[in-house]
Amino acid sequence: MLSRTADQLYWMARYVERAENIARILEVSYRMSLMPEETREGLSIWGSAVQIGGNWDEFDAAYGTVNRQNVIRHLALDSNNTSSIYSCIQVARENARALRGSITTEMFESLNATWIELSGIDEPRLAAQGYQNFFDWVKERSHLFRGVIDSTLLRDESHHFIDLGDAIERADNTARLLDGKYHILLPSVEDVGGVLDYYQWGAVLRAVSAFRSYHRIYRNVITPERVAQLLILRADMPRSLHASFNRITDTLDLLCGTRIYECRRQAGEIHARLHFGRMSDIFKSGLHEFLTDFLKSQGSFAVQMQRDFLMIA
Amino acid sequence: MRIVVRHRTVYNYDHAIRYSTQYLRLTPRNNPSQRVIRWNVEGQGRLSPWTDGFGNLCHTLVCDEIVNQISVSANGIVETTELNGVLPDDGILPIKVFLRPTQLTQIDSEIRDFVVPYVETARSNPLDAAHELSQALTERIVYTEGSSHVHSTASDALKNGRGVCQDMAHVFIACARELGMPARYVSGYLYTGDEATPQVASHAWAAVWIEGLGWVSFDLANKTCGTERHIGLAVGLDYASSAPLRGVREGGSESERMDVQVMVTQA
Amino acid sequence: MQRRLFDEMTSPDGSARPAYRHISDWLKWSTLDRLRQRSTEAEVLFRRLGITFIVYGDDGGTERLIPFDVIPRVFSADEWKRLSDGSIQRVRALNMFLHDLYHDRNVMRAGIIPEDVILANAQYQPQMQGFTVPGGIYTHIAGIDIVRVSENEFYVLEDNLRSPSGVAYMLENRQVMMRLFPELFSEMRIAPVDHYPDVLLRTLRGVAPGGAQDPTVVLLTPGAYNSAYYEHAFLADEMGIELVEGADLFVADNAVFMRTTEGPRRVDVIYRRIDDDFIDPLAFRHDSSLGVPGLLSVYRSGRVTIANAMGTGVADDKSIYPYVPALVRFYLGEEPLLANVPTYLLREKDDLAYTLEHLDELVVKEVHGSGGYGMLVGPASTAAQIEIFRHKILANPSNYIAQPTLALSTCPTLVEQGIAPRHVDLRPYVLSGEETVVMPGGLTRVALVEGSLVVNSSQGGGTKDTWILEE
Repeated sequence: MLSRTADQLYWMARYVERAENIARILEVSYRMSLMPEETREGLSIWGSAVQIGGNWDEFDAAYGTVNRQNVIRHLALDSNNTSSIYSCIQVARENARALRGSITTEMFESLNATWIELSGIDEPRLAAQGYQNFFDWVKERSHLFRGVIDSTLLRDESHHFIDLGDAIERADNTARLLDGKYHILLPSVEDVGGVLDYYQWGAVLRAVSAFRSYHRIYRNVITPERVAQLLILRADMPRSLHASFNRITDTLDLLCGTRIYECRRQAGEIHARLHFGRMSDIFKSGLHEFLTDFLKSQGSFAVQMQRDFLMIA
Repeated sequence: MRIVVRHRTVYNYDHAIRYSTQYLRLTPRNNPSQRVIRWNVEGQGRLSPWTDGFGNLCHTLVCDEIVNQISVSANGIVETTELNGVLPDDGILPIKVFLRPTQLTQIDSEIRDFVVPYVETARSNPLDAAHELSQALTERIVYTEGSSHVHSTASDALKNGRGVCQDMAHVFIACARELGMPARYVSGYLYTGDEATPQVASHAWAAVWIEGLGWVSFDLANKTCGTERHIGLAVGLDYASSAPLRGVREGGSESERMDVQVMVTQA
Repeated sequence: MQRRLFDEMTSPDGSARPAYRHISDWLKWSTLDRLRQRSTEAEVLFRRLGITFIVYGDDGGTERLIPFDVIPRVFSADEWKRLSDGSIQRVRALNMFLHDLYHDRNVMRAGIIPEDVILANAQYQPQMQGFTVPGGIYTHIAGIDIVRVSENEFYVLEDNLRSPSGVAYMLENRQVMMRLFPELFSEMRIAPVDHYPDVLLRTLRGVAPGGAQDPTVVLLTPGAYNSAYYEHAFLADEMGIELVEGADLFVADNAVFMRTTEGPRRVDVIYRRIDDDFIDPLAFRHDSSLGVPGLLSVYRSGRVTIANAMGTGVADDKSIYPYVPALVRFYLGEEPLLANVPTYLLREKDDLAYTLEHLDELVVKEVHGSGGYGMLVGPASTAAQIEIFRHKILANPSNYIAQPTLALSTCPTLVEQGIAPRHVDLRPYVLSGEETVVMPGGLTRVALVEGSLVVNSSQGGGTKDTWILEE
């Protein structure tokens, strides 16, 4: 397969997943902002959304003031922000258009329909429709797209590169979300297991569709430690780092065949940390440090993967 | 005269580059005025020799490692003979091809006006016309380092009244062609006699075709015709088709720092 | 100019010409409604296939569907033999001309073409000098534009030797016709064209550099924004070869490689659909991002084949066109089977004078123009338009040629008013490799506006399927 084709498949998947994750990040901020503490925490809540999902300097230059309206505009609809939902879907759809020979018609049609609808949404419409409804719609379209891939696309190399893009982007976002929220919630952690924790960490869990899973697994109050464990180490939690790296290593094995690639080694190394790691050790050396280190190794793994398969970077 | 050339070019990049390709026209050909005794081209990466449509001896240099620096060098010894800057044609391309304007030697109204006084002479005695033209242009254009760049055109140089050897050659070529005289661009080296100070660039001049005589070289930057101190490297319609080095790269930032050192000494 | 228009279907006595007998009957019992319904179906099919082209000019580029006419253009086997033999003859001579031009230039020494006409031509490519392409083939894919003015008079309007487009329409038109009118295909013996991609691939593989065992062929496109991108994707798909862009290819160790997920893969033949100027930024336009840096060096070393070769444009230029019949005689020692349209070269004083006096009768074209732009169709222009053009000519006469307005043949066409005659031309495709062949058919273009002679799709032209009857 042409490296460019693989690259376009990979980025198409990454951008759709990123759009979904931006919606999730906005959703968690939105929910938190509805808490009574909004006056005290409001700014940092919306500020952290920018920190996690976008580019702080770009936001600052374009808007200056952190508030709900500006942050949602920046992350959802701003065509100048390359990682807004709008831009992500646009780029994903551009890639899909160029890939029309390599993907199924249903895939293109699904993404194209999302793009057409999204490009008709402006701020007043978004507000009128309700923010929560918009976030749900973005997630729904992303789920639909994944479902279309699952039920129409041949399980060959094309599928593998889509899987890689999807899993790499997801791991990246979960780590950033966790790190960003953990940071912002630190001041209130003295009140472990308190009401505030319940709502704020609850919002994080809801944002990664893990609220119910949390209770099914732990049957206990929400604590940051358990949330971290769920999103980092639990292999059965679909958006966790461990689950993502299970997918990444499995997919790489299919792509590598008998050949030996450096990126496979790096993925294995990261996977081992998630597979054999212990939460107590992670907390001992610092969650923030662990996540920073994870994002760094995953970043260099992604670059190596592109070098190995896509002949770029 | 035996001339020793040591020509080294180093490109530096702030950000690493991952792939680069270059065409090197860094190998002199044998002709009645020069004989290559020894010559060697080296570069960082892999070199493949080939010959272009003008008969120039070229190399393609490909570097596909991640690097911050690329260096290219050409070293050798050439034995030259004083032929007063006159060379026979090598018979590779029809001479009239050298009447064709190129992007860098585009004719505009200024050039057209400038050549008016030489139209008559060009018809009756082209060699005289070429000398007069060369004389007039050396008075009109002042050699000024750093006054132009690789994409500067003949018309730019004539307008600004400033330029380096490349620009002077381009203006001369454009004018000569406008007068109906085939003209070509020659890149090469010049032995200046100063063996202590390295030159910061290779050299270039122009040659016009005079029926019954041959290609006559005019080195406007040095106000002279070709001499035994000149070594020709490559010929073409203009700088773009005969540049000693021309390359593209992937990666790296906008900025590229190029250091050139040319040592031309007598053996 | 008071000449009867030749109609492809109907003889002057009102009877159907032999090749059209079946079509004529069919049209008689087909109701207009039924034809219109089929026509709508065809449009739906084309839209679904995504067969669009991009028109530049308005603002940016807009995607449009080329109008398709459901009434086919038909040739008898005899008529076709003449056209195909003539096209092959012409392309063989042009290939020999290109080889000669870039080697010994015997044609100039013999005084057949003045040196200046060639050497001053910007399409003459010095970088092609003195190197031999595989099989001596320069134009592997050629499109010869032919018009008809009477039963026995055919003229070549133009040779397209760079990268002629439109062949996808020939193939898709046939697919659509077979779906819409299967009964016609079972009743008439129509030569198939569907194997074109196969023949093209065989042609391209046949000109691979010596030593390539199982040559890898790719199609090099400028990308999704090119007006003919659909055709590039279609042909690559049909041939089962990679559709690549410049950035997918790179040069190393004196060979061309494509970047694949399994590492570099050597490329032997590049069917390129980008212009010479853009093909190698190290040799030509330095600002081109469409090409492959270093490609010229590999090409000149004979380690990759480029189809069509670089520098073929010099042979299809309007300034060379008038000499093509002489080239056929010079290289093949044969009389041309297809005639040229008489052409006035406005750089010649007498021709210029004649043209200026007869602007209202002539077609004047820019020497380097294409696509029907920058031309004057005298009989269809107002006095004011003619005057404006007169000034343009006088400013730079050598930039123009003039030809008599030909009474192009007409073919019945479904238009708003019903079935009416409309002017048509024909572009057969000639493939040159180990052998030279022409596809039985081609692209018939039709000027949909009543009386119009401009068939270009960018200016309101449509297409028809072209049928060659087997004996």
